[in-house]
Amino acid sequence: MSWLGNLKEKVGTPSQWYSDFTRTPVWKSIFRHKLPNDPKNRALVVLTNVFLHLHPVRMRKQGLRVSYTWCMGGISFFLFLSLTVTGILLMFYYRPTAQHAYPDMLDLMESASLGIMREMHRWGAHLMIITVWLHMLRVFLTGSYKPPREFNWVVGVLLLVLTLLFSFTGYLLPWDQLAMWAVTVGSNMARATPMMGAEGPGMQLMQLGDVPLITAGSDVRFVLLAGRFVGEGALLRFYVLHCLGIPFIFVILLAVHFWRVRRDGGISGPGKGGKLAL
Amino acid sequence: MIELLKTFMNGLFQPSIALTLTIVAVAAMYRYRRIVTQNKLVASLVVASPVLFFAISAFDENFWIQFKRPDNIPIAGMMFLVVFFTWFALKLAVDNDDRIREGRPPKEAEPEEEEKVFVWPDLVYSELLCLLLVSILLVVWSILIPAPLEEPANPQLTPNPSKAPWYFLGLQEILVYFDPWLAGVVIPTFIIIGLMAIPYLDTNPKGNGYYTFEERKSEVFLFQFGFLVLWVFLVFEGTFLRGPNWNFYGPYEYWDAHKLVPLTNVQLSEFIWARWLGIGLPSFWLVREFFGIVLMLGYFVALPVWLASSFLRKYFEQMGMFRYVIFSHLLLWMILIPIKMYLRWTVNLKYFVAIPEFLFNI
Repeated sequence: MSWLGNLKEKVGTPSQWYSDFTRTPVWKSIFRHKLPNDPKNRALVVLTNVFLHLHPVRMRKQGLRVSYTWCMGGISFFLFLSLTVTGILLMFYYRPTAQHAYPDMLDLMESASLGIMREMHRWGAHLMIITVWLHMLRVFLTGSYKPPREFNWVVGVLLLVLTLLFSFTGYLLPWDQLAMWAVTVGSNMARATPMMGAEGPGMQLMQLGDVPLITAGSDVRFVLLAGRFVGEGALLRFYVLHCLGIPFIFVILLAVHFWRVRRDGGISGPGKGGKLAL
Repeated sequence: MIELLKTFMNGLFQPSIALTLTIVAVAAMYRYRRIVTQNKLVASLVVASPVLFFAISAFDENFWIQFKRPDNIPIAGMMFLVVFFTWFALKLAVDNDDRIREGRPPKEAEPEEEEKVFVWPDLVYSELLCLLLVSILLVVWSILIPAPLEEPANPQLTPNPSKAPWYFLGLQEILVYFDPWLAGVVIPTFIIIGLMAIPYLDTNPKGNGYYTFEERKSEVFLFQFGFLVLWVFLVFEGTFLRGPNWNFYGPYEYWDAHKLVPLTNVQLSEFIWARWLGIGLPSFWLVREFFGIVLMLGYFVALPVWLASSFLRKYFEQMGMFRYVIFSHLLLWMILIPIKMYLRWTVNLKYFVAIPEFLFNI
């Protein structure tokens, strides 16, 4: 049976395949580190990977504790990624016009087999709002907005507002009664904006001679809805904001937020938390 | 018997009573924090209270109609999560406060916690675990509960009630008590500005990077008053207790669209000119609203000055003039919300200042 022994020797074992494979030029061109089981390679795995590089190489043990962080920031970010993916998939099936939007929804429900993308997107969005609120609660209760992290809290508040706007603009897109009237109720508030809404205090001041500058056809609500009521213009506008406008700003602020977490000394903690980490 | 209990509960959830009870509950939780976090029976009752409420209420057919709406399920989940995490943070804070009183560092500052560990694998591992758990939750939830889709959008057919998305229902609730320019524009703006201002207004250097209550009592209570009472509770109320025509309905009450609620709201000017002075409303708005304007000026201008020399003296001295002015105004706006609510419930006050000529009402 020596031929079998020879064959075994030639084929090798899985661990040999692995070590052979990690020696190929292709593998080496992608990964600049060896198996991360020693300090040097554990540092390299973070430093040489753009995604892992959001993290520091080392951190205080206390920042790992789920009882301290509740992991809410991380979950919010993961939900954002999940919403991006499901959102992209939904865009394949959806046309933001009054004629097509609702039938596209029905098609999505009836024709896409095993489709749970719409559910993942809607429930994920609700969940993200809750996790963002809880993240804010945690950061407040641990006093993590205190120096040197004041500005990052401000960025966080902006991200919270954008999360709500994300959800609000997305709410209109199914183009059903729930969507149209929820957005009508919400956007009616803009009518009452001081100086800028047609029914807001101070709109009488915005006049040139006898010509009112702020009317139902020119106020801030009109700008938001591209019309005097929630119609096709609003649908397109909300679609563009939901899929492009808000994500554009959101991702920039997200980058600032993560960058500042690193620069301000990592996850907050007592003691040396105040020092600038470079 | 059960009917009696339901009627009692419906009464308990009247906005006036429910808001008062929420404020009392939040205050009591922080006042008796040791019992709430260390007595196992009390602790389990507090943490389980939202679950118990929703689980028991779900047997009522009227409550079930509202509860089973797919968009309302996350709100039930949120109520549980918010109560749980508030309680959990309080528990950690009480533990730390005990340690600090004994002269030891907070748990987060123990020497072994300061030890540095590698992000790979320690952090990456728990992140992956979190990601998997959330993914499982999301997929199971999505399979079990289909996303809602109602009738096609129809501008001619207004549903009753028309509700904003659930996270804005706190603001829609405030709309009952304030004019749209305040409830829909000014107050949300102040909430955002106020949140962003927190790090610059809070001059207390303690409690940075660990859970504590005793080192920052008023900050924590103020924030929780805003978050738990004026935001989360009002979202709950707007979702489950506001039905057709935005009328109040008890949790076990049928949403009868024909429920009649008398509109008896009175302006402050009518109170003063017509009821007390008995001479009818003056026609010129400045005279008519004179008392209301004086009241509001007193509230927003004189009151902060007085507070600076009395209750808020400590803050005035710590913060300095500029920060104190911003802080006191944000605080007064926040407190004006419950003040206005209670005045509406007790004396049916509509507006302090009502100048419809300029679309200006407070």
